[in-house]
Amino acid sequence: MSLNSYLIVGSRPYGEEVQDLRIVDGRITEIGVELDPENLQVIEAHGRICLPSFVDLHTHLREPGREDAETIASGSRAATLGGFSAVFAMANTTPVADTAGVVEQVWRIGRETGLVDVFPIGAVSVGLQGEALAELGAMAASSAGVTVFSDDGHCVSDPLLMRRALEYVKTFDGVIAQHAQDPRLTQGAQMNEGELSGVLGLTGWPAVAEESIIARDVLLASHVDSRLHVCHVSTAGSVAIVRWAKEMGVRVTAEVTPHHLLLTEDLVSSFDPVYKVNPPLRSRADTLALREGLADGTIDAVATDHAPHPHEAKDCEWDSAAFGMLGLETALGVVVAAMAETPNWNWRTLSDRMSSAPAKIGRARNHGRPLAIGEPAHLVLIDPKQTREVVAEALASLSGNTPYAGMTLPVCVTDVFFNGVHQVRGGELNG
Amino acid sequence: MKHLISVQDLSRTDTLQILDTALELDRVTDGGTKLLPTLRGRTVVNLFYEDSTRTRLSFERAAKRLSADVVTFSAKGSSVSKGESLKDTALTLKAMGADMIVVRHSSPGAAHRLAHAGWLESSVLNAGDGKHEHPTQALGDAFTIRARLRPEASDFNGLTIGIVGDVLHSRVARSNIFLLASLGAKVVVIGPPTLLPVGVENWPCEVSYSLDARLPQLDAIMMLRVQQERMNGTFFPSELEYSRAFGLNRARAAVLPEHAIVMHPGPMNRGVEISAEVADSARSVITEQVANGLKVRMASMYLLIGGDVSVT
Repeated sequence: MSLNSYLIVGSRPYGEEVQDLRIVDGRITEIGVELDPENLQVIEAHGRICLPSFVDLHTHLREPGREDAETIASGSRAATLGGFSAVFAMANTTPVADTAGVVEQVWRIGRETGLVDVFPIGAVSVGLQGEALAELGAMAASSAGVTVFSDDGHCVSDPLLMRRALEYVKTFDGVIAQHAQDPRLTQGAQMNEGELSGVLGLTGWPAVAEESIIARDVLLASHVDSRLHVCHVSTAGSVAIVRWAKEMGVRVTAEVTPHHLLLTEDLVSSFDPVYKVNPPLRSRADTLALREGLADGTIDAVATDHAPHPHEAKDCEWDSAAFGMLGLETALGVVVAAMAETPNWNWRTLSDRMSSAPAKIGRARNHGRPLAIGEPAHLVLIDPKQTREVVAEALASLSGNTPYAGMTLPVCVTDVFFNGVHQVRGGELNG
Repeated sequence: MKHLISVQDLSRTDTLQILDTALELDRVTDGGTKLLPTLRGRTVVNLFYEDSTRTRLSFERAAKRLSADVVTFSAKGSSVSKGESLKDTALTLKAMGADMIVVRHSSPGAAHRLAHAGWLESSVLNAGDGKHEHPTQALGDAFTIRARLRPEASDFNGLTIGIVGDVLHSRVARSNIFLLASLGAKVVVIGPPTLLPVGVENWPCEVSYSLDARLPQLDAIMMLRVQQERMNGTFFPSELEYSRAFGLNRARAAVLPEHAIVMHPGPMNRGVEISAEVADSARSVITEQVANGLKVRMASMYLLIGGDVSVT
């Protein structure tokens, strides 16, 4: 029997017709009906859906610096259990990923862990300070081959620095992933600004603080003809601006998080900081606009913004708590739950938004590939009927700050193949 | 009722019970001159993360009049100033056996967290949490309005109450708007748009940018304190301009109906939101608010941890 060679029997690629898939030495070698198992290990997958593994453009792995919250290894475990084959690791580590040395270290540890491909994101500015450009070219030319640059956690608010960054990355087909948040309009901001923030006395984070930056940035990207990616779009107005920019031919892409698709600001009334996230949970109308935007392709990708925090960072009063929530292990279930009622949504669109589109944006050429002969065997098998209750302590992440604890999410990732290696079986990581 | 966190948790019946109990406690203590043994053996901790001598003293006196043991835990000079978390302070208080925590904190929801995060089992009484709420202030104000304008009544139907000034940053305003509206009063919020919260138009109140236009309709007017730090040209051009538009001076007070009362939660900026003449005039009930605040604090403590002990 050949190692890492399998015949997946009876699953439905993209939720469509039943097909068998032959995987040999990390590649899909045959797709068809009632294939001969020959000497391969047979994976019985009737009733399950087969998709290309997911790609996350926005993950905080916390290493180096905050290994108490997450490590590249623990984050990789969480990612593969969530069905991902590649994650883009955000630059806001300690030290900041603003030099070739740091991004190469993250990339190397990711390789050594070997459960997913870890693509480091480089900082746009030195130390995320928003003042001087980091060595973008050196990071791009490093063995990490950085293509995505972001000061995420901070907005590149200086329009001149943003313009220069957009121009500079054109030399190596890079993209600037903007955390769109006007810092002056969000001083001390704690939650979505609206009727509820007024009642709760929590300082508001107005939608306009996101939308005004996106509007400015799409105009800048258009002016210098470069690639802009908008991180965690959270408002109906942002969707409208991105839609307009795309119609105008601007090279802009956008992502939405699973939590902004599903959760709304009313959860903040509990004052439980597990619901504290940046950008904040918005209104019901915003979630509906985000779902529609994701379905029609205005929003290109789902990205988790997986943001682990140690227990004490959330076990406190709201103002003192850290922003952020876990996302990798719950992403699929949350997206399926959120999008269930949205028209023009099926497994094909889900696969595009969670796999091929983010891979294209990040230039991860070996990921997000179609289920076709000769393609890399990064596959997930999903049981569409099995549900799962989220238990914070049972997650692979080192942190437990999931807003979904106690919720039952639809569908379940049962098996994951990474480069043809069957590393998740029955929802559990091998070894 | 175990905790008192927000007036929005109070039904009209709850509110009237607190107001009636405050009245009754005042009677049986001969206006506060006699101690009641009701909370003997109970420990009330005043946990104050913000300086507020007035509120702290009021809660201390309220607890002592009910014979409770009172411990004051002030942020200054304690481990809190060295960075101890709210949770660790809560665990310490739990270990000391506090029956009630009266908490003042700068973070909205801090009292709610103390009550519901699973850190301790004590009753929690919110003595002001950031810009969120200050329920006993509003209860005291309701007591004052009732005593002056609707003695013994079970609602405030037909009353119009103006709340003037910096509603955005005021927990007193929030608690008063929701409490007075729940009692049936028509509440009018008056101030410059920069000092009104987003969404206030959907609260149970009317909104006006003109004090002068509303004065003749008000049965009670509540002037909010304006913090000096809001006056640096960010929320309002200047103190003088604020005072000209929203200050209650003698000329404006003369436009109020004859029976109207003037309120202020204190401490006042005399000459800014209220002139000294008006603050000291016969229609000012500002010192009554202080006395009545103490009465409703007694009533709240009694109802939260007095169990089934009868008032007498």
